[in-house]
Formats: sequence, C-alpha cells, structure tokens
Amino acid sequence: MNSVKTILAQKGLDGDGEFWQGRFNQINGRDVERALRSPAGIYSLEKLLALVSPAAEDYLEEMAQAARQLTIQRFGRTIRLYAPLYLSNYCVNSCLYCGFNKDNKSERRRLTIEQAVEEANIIASEGFRDILLVSSEDRKFISIDYLCELAGRLRSKFSSISIEVYQMSTAEYAKLFDAGIEGVTLYQETYNRRAYSYYHPSGPKSDYDNRLDTAGRIAAAGMREIGLGALLGLKDWRLETLALGEHAHYLIKRYWQSHVSFSFPRLRPAENVDSSKFSLLPDKNLVQMIIALRLCFADAGLVLSTRERAELREHLIEVGVTKMSAGSKTSPGGYSQPKSAIEQFEIDDTRSPAQVVEMIKANGFDAVWKDWDSAFVERK
Amino acid sequence: MDKLVIADKEFNSRLLVGTGKFASCEIMAEALEKSGTEIVTVALRRVDIENKNDDMLRTIDVKKYLLLPNTSGARDADEAVRLSKLARAATGINWVKLEVTPDPYYLLPDPVETLEAAKILIKEGFVVLPYINADPVLAKKLEDVGTSTVMPLASPIGSNQGLKTREALEIIIEQANVPVVVDAGLGLPSHAADAMEMGADAVLVNTAIATAGEPGRMAAAFKLAVEAGRTAYIAGAAVAGKRASASSPLTGFLRNNKEK
Repeated sequence: MNSVKTILAQKGLDGDGEFWQGRFNQINGRDVERALRSPAGIYSLEKLLALVSPAAEDYLEEMAQAARQLTIQRFGRTIRLYAPLYLSNYCVNSCLYCGFNKDNKSERRRLTIEQAVEEANIIASEGFRDILLVSSEDRKFISIDYLCELAGRLRSKFSSISIEVYQMSTAEYAKLFDAGIEGVTLYQETYNRRAYSYYHPSGPKSDYDNRLDTAGRIAAAGMREIGLGALLGLKDWRLETLALGEHAHYLIKRYWQSHVSFSFPRLRPAENVDSSKFSLLPDKNLVQMIIALRLCFADAGLVLSTRERAELREHLIEVGVTKMSAGSKTSPGGYSQPKSAIEQFEIDDTRSPAQVVEMIKANGFDAVWKDWDSAFVERK
Repeated sequence: MDKLVIADKEFNSRLLVGTGKFASCEIMAEALEKSGTEIVTVALRRVDIENKNDDMLRTIDVKKYLLLPNTSGARDADEAVRLSKLARAATGINWVKLEVTPDPYYLLPDPVETLEAAKILIKEGFVVLPYINADPVLAKKLEDVGTSTVMPLASPIGSNQGLKTREALEIIIEQANVPVVVDAGLGLPSHAADAMEMGADAVLVNTAIATAGEPGRMAAAFKLAVEAGRTAYIAGAAVAGKRASASSPLTGFLRNNKEK
C-alpha cells in the first residue's frame, strides 16, 4: 500500500489543485444526486468531490437529511461531551495563525502537575469523564514524562484521556498509551505543501512530511482514536476536505483497529493574529463539509469545539456532529483563574456545561459523559 | 409462551434489549417496559459500573430485569476478560455478553479472540453469552467450551439490514445444543419474527428500537413480533411452494382408480 504522502502527491492533493478546481466546476446536479443515491456512509474520492462541490450547495437540505438519518442510525440520539485542559502555551514554533506563536511576546504559563490536577478536578466536578490535554510545543516544559505522570494522576477521575500536543515518535506514543492515554488529535493544518511552509516558517512543526506521517505513528502505537483536521481558513476548504478524506481513508485501510474522527477548527480571532489575512469559512460551507464527511464516513466521530457559536452548535447536532466540548477555557489555568494567560483562540460558545447539556436534551439527544473505560487496557 | 432457559435461568420473554443510542434514560426505560424484556444488556464502556447513581444503571430496575453487562469496545481477549472481571467485582453479576470487536467501524466480532476469552471466562466461573459472526463451526466450538448461548449476527450491528446471514443461521440453529440468540442487524419487527420462525430461541434488538420515531411503540411491536414468530415456529409452519398446487395432482387418480 502506498504511503499517504505518495497518495496525496499522485492525486495532486498536496498542491494548489488546479486539476481539482476544474473538476469542482464540472460537477453538476446530476452528479450530486448520484452521490446522494450511492450507499450512505461509504467513501470514494469521487463521491466526496461531488458533495463538497459548488453544485452541492443547492442540495444542502437533502444532504443534511441523509446525514442526520445515518448519524442517528450509527450513533443513536447521543452527543458525547469532553473538555480541553490547556497545560502550557510555551512554544518553539511560529505558526502564523496561532496565539501561542513563539514570537508573540505575551505572557506565558505552564501548569505544574499539581496545578493541572487542580484544573482537572474542576473539569471533573462539572461532570466530564472525557478530557483532552492540550499543549503547545516545548518539550522542556511539557515532556513525555510529564504527560505520563499527569495521565496516571487523572486516570481515576476520567474514563477517557486524550492529547492534542506536539508530534512524537511511535515509541513515545506507545509510552503514553501505556500510561493511559487512548486518543491523539493532530491536525495537518493544511494539506497544501506550499501553504504549509508559509504558515509554519520555523520550529519542528515546519516539516510537512513528518507532520503527515504522524497519524500513522499514532495508530501504529496502538492508540484507539486518531483525530484529524485542517485549519479552516488557510486554504481552499474544498480541496482540504478531499485531502482529509484521502488521509482518513488511508488510515482506516492501513490501521484498521484505530477509529478516525474529524474536527472542524475554523480560524478564529486570536491575540496578536491579524485575521484579515485569512479567508474565513462561511457557515454554509462548514455545514456542507460536515455533512459531506458524514455521508462518506458513516462511523467517523465528528467533533465540534466551543470556537463555534451556540446557535450554530445547536443546529449542527442535528446533522452529524457526535462529540462536543463545553465550558472550555483555552488558556493554561483558565478553569481556576479566568483570564490567567493568553488564549489560543477566542471562545464563542461561552455557556456552562450544564447549559450545553440542557440544550442537547432540548433537541431530543442524550448528553453522554462516558463512552469509554480506562479498564480496557492494562496500564503499567 | 414456552420458556427460554439460559444457564438454568428461566425467562418468559424471548426478546433481549440493548440500551445504547436512546435519546434519554426515560425513553429507554419506557422502551424496556413496553418490550416485555427480561434481559437488558449494558455496555460497560458506557456506564460507571461502580457508581450506583449512574444515570443509566439507576434507570434499569434490576428486580425486573437481568442486567447483562457487555464488553463492547474490547479489541482482544485480554481486554474483554479484564473488563468482565471488573464488572463482576463491582456488581456481583457473573453473566457477560462477550463482545470482541477489533474493527471500530463494522464492529464485527473476532472469532479467535472471542473463543479465547470464552475459555478463560468460563474457567473463571462466568456465564458467557458470546456475540459471533454467523459461523456454524465457531458456534459449535463455543458450545464445546461451555458458553451458555451463542449469539450470531443477522447483519452488521446497527445496520438494520435484517437476516443477511440466513443460510448460516439455519445451520447454527439446526446444530446448536444451547440457545441461539440472533443478535445485531434486526431492523424491523418482521426481521425478528422471521428469525423466530426459523427457530432462533431469542433475539436481541437495540438500534431498531432506540432510533425509531417512537421507541416505546416500536419496542411493543418487537414484543408482538417475537411472540408471533415463536408461536409460528412451535405451530410448525406450512411448507412454502412457488405455485398453487392441487391437493394431489400426481396421485389423485389412485383415489378414483378402480383397480382391475
């Protein structure tokens, strides 16, 4: 089987995609209808192409109905809840879109293990059993050993612990898995090589190929859940979605025991980041992207953060989202001391977890706090 | 109706119900009630088995229903065994619906790991009800190591496709000495009735009830279908043919035939 790097290169999905731009414009209503009639939830690049095409914008309601039906069949009327815990905003990278950029002179903060546990206790007291540990990249501050030790301390309170930190080796992921971490979220940010180099001018993260290979290393280490995503607003979302589809399809075929989920991080205003430089994705196309991925991947987790506003999150429950954060704080120490340090991005849905649960219930869904058990894997 | 017997326990209902995918615990409770079920399976991953106040566990009346923990999400025998032991330690329940599903998409059961886990669990004193593909040889092997049922799938779990494995299910039912519970993929009451008419001892339904427009009403429909199918099986179905037949087209002449 070809590597994901080869697959993307052969299909022209790691560049500006002139070929695909032409194809997008050729897609007509009949193609979209054909994609909608094909077996629900089964992936092909042609099908995804039709569903994210401009022509499909006229079929959003039909697509949404099909996505809703498929999601309810596969996941039931449930929404899983999780909370992010930001550990540190010290960073050695200089990603142009990120508030934690090393060149950003704002105050930095890193939580000690004790402080992180204290934050986690607040999260647990709100009802969460699923926690995502988030950190920017600086191994001096947030080391593999730090993450292992913290996971050990959190295991009794949380049934699922996952991470969204810097990229690692297979052996390092395996060590974290043994320590009780079962999922990793790692966005490619953009699948366009040139844009990737532009937005990631320095630091370990600037290596496109290494970034691209990381999801395979995560799976090879035995992680149960791999979260993929492209930062929406950097490059053409239609092309990014095709690349995401190919990446997921590759992982599912190659690493058949790991479950793939997608996140939809839309660029949001952040401190010291000039958002006028980015092309922000309209709601309509965000919805189209979510629905299109559901119709191609029946069982993929679709994750939505509090970057999005409350009203939109409420609507998206109905069309395929399966997992949401709630009451999030995106600065280290933010749960115990609001506004304690710079945030990675601004939160839009500022409702409390209890309010989000009420909203989920009011829409006829069950808010699920626990859908995993740390007892599955024997920990060292 | 005649009783279903699993591991020396008698049940009046032949419909087992799963608890995933419901919009709320209240809706689930209503569906359980209307289904008439006596065996309710719960995913250990979903509940806080050590916490008596867990939302879902609190809703299931253990005086009324046998709580059947399942190991859904286990990727291999080790994980399934560990989870079963933790559940038993926390609840005292020694029944387990054994599910080993290494593929997170179709959730198809792993025959090798399931057999391995069954052997270990039976040695440890568990009553084991294994979820399997419709594989007659595996069903016999599991019976040989002492499982209390076999639970072959009708089609992939949650797919609502009905009896796609019919031919193999017929063989399993013919050969089994333990109850055969058709599990997974039954999307309509008619599918359940079909399985019962074939001679399945029971069926397990979850998605088709939980994601129906009105789960309570659908649960009641499944109850009727299971009873109808079982009754028909006992009554002995008339043999179906492709065309209408006169009562004895080939030998009728014998009746009128005056032998000379």
